[in-house]
Amino acid sequence: MVQAINLALKQEMERDKDVVLIGEDVGKDGGVFRITEGLVEKFPDRIFDTPLAESGIIGTAIGMAVYGLKPVAEIQFMGFIYAGIEQLFSHASRIRSRSRGRYSCPLVIRTPYGIGIKPPELHSESSEALFCHMPGIKVVVPSSPYNAKGLLISAIRDPDPVIFLEPTRLYRLIKEEVPETEYTLPLGKAKIVQEGKDITVIAWGSMLHRTLESIESRSVGIEGFDAEVIDLMTLNPYDEETILESVKKTGRVVIVHEATRNCGFGAELSAFIAEEAMLHLKSPIIRVSGLDAVIPMARLEDYYAPTKEKIVRALKKVMEY
Amino acid sequence: MPENIIEKFEVKELKILDEKGNVDSTLLPNFSDNDLKKIFEIFILSRQFDQRALQLHAEGRLGTYASILGQEASQIGSAYALEKTDWIFPSFREMGVYITLGYPIWMLFQYWTGDERGMKTPEGLNIFPVSVPVGTHMVHAVGAAFAAKVKGHQAVSVTYFGDGGSSKGDFHEGLNIAGVYKLPVVFICQNNQWAISLPREKQTAAKTIAQKAYSYGFEGIQVDGNDIFAVYKATKDALEKARAGKGPTLIECFTYRMADHTTADDASRYRPKEELEKWKLKDPLLRLKLYMEKNGIWTQAYEDEIRKKLTELVDSEIKKEETVGLPNPKDIITFTYKELTQRQAKEIKEWQD
Repeated sequence: MVQAINLALKQEMERDKDVVLIGEDVGKDGGVFRITEGLVEKFPDRIFDTPLAESGIIGTAIGMAVYGLKPVAEIQFMGFIYAGIEQLFSHASRIRSRSRGRYSCPLVIRTPYGIGIKPPELHSESSEALFCHMPGIKVVVPSSPYNAKGLLISAIRDPDPVIFLEPTRLYRLIKEEVPETEYTLPLGKAKIVQEGKDITVIAWGSMLHRTLESIESRSVGIEGFDAEVIDLMTLNPYDEETILESVKKTGRVVIVHEATRNCGFGAELSAFIAEEAMLHLKSPIIRVSGLDAVIPMARLEDYYAPTKEKIVRALKKVMEY
Repeated sequence: MPENIIEKFEVKELKILDEKGNVDSTLLPNFSDNDLKKIFEIFILSRQFDQRALQLHAEGRLGTYASILGQEASQIGSAYALEKTDWIFPSFREMGVYITLGYPIWMLFQYWTGDERGMKTPEGLNIFPVSVPVGTHMVHAVGAAFAAKVKGHQAVSVTYFGDGGSSKGDFHEGLNIAGVYKLPVVFICQNNQWAISLPREKQTAAKTIAQKAYSYGFEGIQVDGNDIFAVYKATKDALEKARAGKGPTLIECFTYRMADHTTADDASRYRPKEELEKWKLKDPLLRLKLYMEKNGIWTQAYEDEIRKKLTELVDSEIKKEETVGLPNPKDIITFTYKELTQRQAKEIKEWQD
């Protein structure tokens, strides 16, 4: 996925000279995850290492975007974006509305998110729901190298601010061929990664893979039914149509996310499904989520996020209801 | 090992026009009589706009409003130095800047009635909408300056904020980034001595706000913010420096908020009356008038005539605003994103049904 994101950035910078990169250590160092490796050599005048200042980075990106550039800002870890939330919530999200369309703010904030690499505290956050709650911001989470490239290119070309959350666990986990040619995947569209008729399972980012693994593990006694798996990809605005269509077909829903349950994005999805498709449901909607607790450091990390066992238990529960 | 001084700085204060209308002619900007008249007229217009806004608020026809009374020289003097291509990032107390740049008066009234359409800057002006969260918008000017530099444009970004705003983290982050990248940006602090009820000396232990620039590696200057010539000169110099690729400047305009913080405030609760009386003698309009009178540019008849003309203008702008009517409730949704989301389209449809 690292290479796919790097390729997307490189191709967009080649295509559009208004695309610039800013952030901490994104230049010579190539970013702490090496996402921007080799780019400063190609585009020395369009990649800027900034002082250590997340609010300043996002605020600067806002000014750049308003003036007419297409900044892609990297926040080193999602836990550090909190310092820039005022810029996102009080400004980036509102510029189009505040100026009644005279100004817009086409920026992308890329940030690694989620658990998986056992780093220090605040390096494993999954607070995507925070950003989904703020109108005016789009929230995108890729789950594979292929869709990371296509979604990032769309995010860069999008006329509004986009938060692009890169699942840290997937950076070097999933390998697949990614076309060298330019392609885009539309924002706001989910993808059915596996068709099925009995349960709709909704996931995104790294939890998509854990979900698929859970379904595939025949040893745990969930054979005999078909799960339809939706990769949401864009959380805000999310693809209501695809979800509804699937739920109307299956009548059972399991939502899997890594973030804490309370006001997590699964809460929005379950409320939406309950409002729109209650009479199609054959069992209660189940959310499989992270614990309602602070994300732990390395040694307890594995206990926090949904495990395969928890996902399987949820699948069985909706089937046996 | 001896202790060495490794860095020193000095902060300049600039004053050109005193309270009696006398000037230091060696520093006086080269204004024609017409320039002076134009500036004087913008002054009167700004003050009339301000008074009418307060009056409309009292009548319940306008929402909460932040008066600019006393700070006009800081606003008009700096804005008058700008080029059309420069970008302006104001806070919420800069109506004098908007008016100097030729922003439609009726739209300013429209904004303060609580109508976002008033901040849809007309094409040809690069002024950003009012920023309500204090001291968070200086970084936008830094970003715009960065963009101008990347694109090889001559535009300079100018941002306005107050003494209160200088305490915010984004002040530090913005000035710091601007210093590192030597960006073409001018930071204008209108130090009006009060942040609602907090006096200037409790905002920072530093003697001046101007000196803070030196910790970011560029110059700061304090100017008499009620002296329109000093403000103009300092801004002009900073703009030229920025255009020459020599980086940012912080200008502290030492001025005074003659009115309450906003129409929702009562400054008599915390501010000594004598202080206000003392500052009335430093009125920025009065000293400009005295200077013009001394130089045969101002007469009572001239002032009466333009006051009458501008009163009529403000009246007609208020009327114009009133004829525009209420915004469409659909606008609440329409401007969230470029395109409607699936949900928003449904919300609009439900509304129409």
